[in-house]
Amino acid sequence: MAVKNTIPFRGTPQQEQELQDVIARYKDCAGATIPVLHEAQRIYGYLPIEVQKMVSEGLNVPLAEIYGVVTFYTQFTTEPKGAYHIAVCLGTACYVKGSGDIIDRIKTRLGVDVGSCSNDGKFSLEATRCIGACGLAPVLTVNEDVYGRLVLDDIDGILDKYLK
Amino acid sequence: MNIVRSHVLVCGGTGCTSSGSEKLISEFEVQLKKAGIENEVSVVRTGCFGLCALGPIVIVYPEGAFYSMIKPEDVETIVQEHLLKGRIVTKLLYEEAVSEKNDILPLSETQFYKKQQRIVLRNCGVIDPEKIDEYIAFDGYKALGKVLTEMTPEQVIDVVKRSGIRGRGGAGFPTALKWEFAAKQPEGVKYVCCNADEGDPGAFMDRSVLEGDPHAVIEAMAIAAYAIGSEQGYIYIRAEYPIAVKRLQLAIDQAKEYGLLGNNIFDTDFSFDLEIRLGAGAFVCGEETALMTSIEGFRGEPRPRPPFPAVKGLWQRPTILNNVETYANIPQIILNGAEWFANIGTEKSKGTKVFAVGGKINNTGLVEVPMGTTLREIVEEIGGGIPNGKKFKAAQTGGPSGGCIPLSLIDTPIDYDSLLSIGAMMGSGGLIVMDEDSCMVDIAKYFLDFTVDESCGKCAPCRIGTKRMHEILEKITSGKGTMQDIENLKALANSIKSSSLCGLGQTAPNPVLSTLRYFEDEYIAHVVDKKCPAGVCKDLLQYTIDKEKCKGCNICAKNCPVTAIIGELKKPYEIIQDKCIKCGVCESKCPFDAISRK
Repeated sequence: MAVKNTIPFRGTPQQEQELQDVIARYKDCAGATIPVLHEAQRIYGYLPIEVQKMVSEGLNVPLAEIYGVVTFYTQFTTEPKGAYHIAVCLGTACYVKGSGDIIDRIKTRLGVDVGSCSNDGKFSLEATRCIGACGLAPVLTVNEDVYGRLVLDDIDGILDKYLK
Repeated sequence: MNIVRSHVLVCGGTGCTSSGSEKLISEFEVQLKKAGIENEVSVVRTGCFGLCALGPIVIVYPEGAFYSMIKPEDVETIVQEHLLKGRIVTKLLYEEAVSEKNDILPLSETQFYKKQQRIVLRNCGVIDPEKIDEYIAFDGYKALGKVLTEMTPEQVIDVVKRSGIRGRGGAGFPTALKWEFAAKQPEGVKYVCCNADEGDPGAFMDRSVLEGDPHAVIEAMAIAAYAIGSEQGYIYIRAEYPIAVKRLQLAIDQAKEYGLLGNNIFDTDFSFDLEIRLGAGAFVCGEETALMTSIEGFRGEPRPRPPFPAVKGLWQRPTILNNVETYANIPQIILNGAEWFANIGTEKSKGTKVFAVGGKINNTGLVEVPMGTTLREIVEEIGGGIPNGKKFKAAQTGGPSGGCIPLSLIDTPIDYDSLLSIGAMMGSGGLIVMDEDSCMVDIAKYFLDFTVDESCGKCAPCRIGTKRMHEILEKITSGKGTMQDIENLKALANSIKSSSLCGLGQTAPNPVLSTLRYFEDEYIAHVVDKKCPAGVCKDLLQYTIDKEKCKGCNICAKNCPVTAIIGELKKPYEIIQDKCIKCGVCESKCPFDAISRK
């Protein structure tokens, strides 16, 4: 098995303070784990083991349980996202309209696999579940930008915008 | 209060927002100011109008002019012509909404809306969901007032029971029964939950209700709480729906401010509070016991039943859980009476059902029809048929738990029982239309891929069984299948169905079983002839260059990512089949249509 590149954790004291405030706010609330993890991911962008440890200590929940929750839910990620996060919808409506081919085209063009980040940290690629814009199928998003009613030939043009 | 002469309604649902409706709103504000009529015209951001395929949509009242696919540069024309000079911009109108004499037709007369009956969606695209006053103006919170001041909890449950409403989340369990079980539990802490974890790919009904009319769900949950004796509710909603989450939170805050949530609502002894809990992208959390485990903060794994949630649910307390769409019906049932509701629909399925129609269909969007409407009416009339002159092949309902309905059964009335009898299911309301270019084996594989990924892993039949089924489908679609594989698929499917712990596993084999039932010949074509009749399964395809048509321009070879195309300039090129990865780039790049796949 190939050894996975891990990008070192670069949390700042400000981020840590923000997380501690969140933990303090939720500490006595029943079922706090998931809301706190959502906030932690918003603060850090992802949930590396260092962040999971802080949540575990703050909420007094075993690290194993936190790790179990993080890896169970697809929204939580232990990998950082690229500067441009490309998400291709693989919901049924998009799939029957060819989003499978679209994701293959992006993979070939950028050399990035689904669920990972390019070495320069520029692009990450994700195959998402239905994002609910079925009227625009097939759909992909790059960070906040939504591209809909796609055909294969659109892909190069879209990627060119971000490659510059 | 400022009285305006025109209202510009801009759809702010996720579909139209994705196609740029936010830009339209700011452009309208700029242009109205420029024309000096910003005090005479009000711009309202509403929920979904339903016709997402034509988004972004703008409707101007009082004329009811339905503008479709509006771009920011069209806004100036609408403001200058329509709003300033009173001349409707006919060329930007939805063509169905214009009569032959160039008059505006009421929306209720267009093909898309004619057969619809809007109960759940009645306020979507009509009111501004971010203003509680608009909801109240449309009889909002009147049902809650009536329940709290004129009815006993038993009477509430009785009305819901006589209405005949069944759960809209998929399985169709009678809503009143759940409430009754929970109400009969000894007094103490009880919970009311709302399932807004709409995970079926291709389904967005619940999201549109929450985006377009969030107060209806809040009001209904308060009514349910009164009926079972609860003081605390939770709405479990997908984190992937940011607009819905925002509007729901705003609606809860406004309801609290108005005293419609909180202590002593309507000056009675009844108190009820509501909290949002965000899901985190696990399909299994749509299952009721898994959802409750997730609210408690754990991995969302289902629990064996009994005990049922009505007895021991969230934090081991009696709990009712209903779907968004179910709740959205409740205030209307209370206001209009059980008989009114029971008169809509079929004998065993009452009321309406909202479908998210998508896939290979012209009018992609959200439709609400009385139960018993046929699939043909939805696809051909409301949906406007299949694009590009292709033929209807099948419709898929119920997402990864449902099945495919073939052309021969297109006249089946859609209700819970008739769908079950043909091997599909109502599901939460996703309806994906497929044409002749869709491969049914590939679709079955797609859904299995989904369930393999989403299986929580707690029980072996689902965790291991769906994986094995997926492997067999992989084998068949890559041309290595045997007839024995088809038999094995059937056997596996039946044992997974009967032995899985929760609804996810019990229904996971349905897409395979229903495609095998109606499209076994396609499976056989993959296995025996090693062909994919729809031309989807890549391993069974070949790209070839037509020597007659090829001009030897070299464009295909230049674009081929694996240099599988060779040849000399101005002479026909050739594809080396062993090297070809079937990405289709050459076919799309060839200027002479010389490359085809078979």
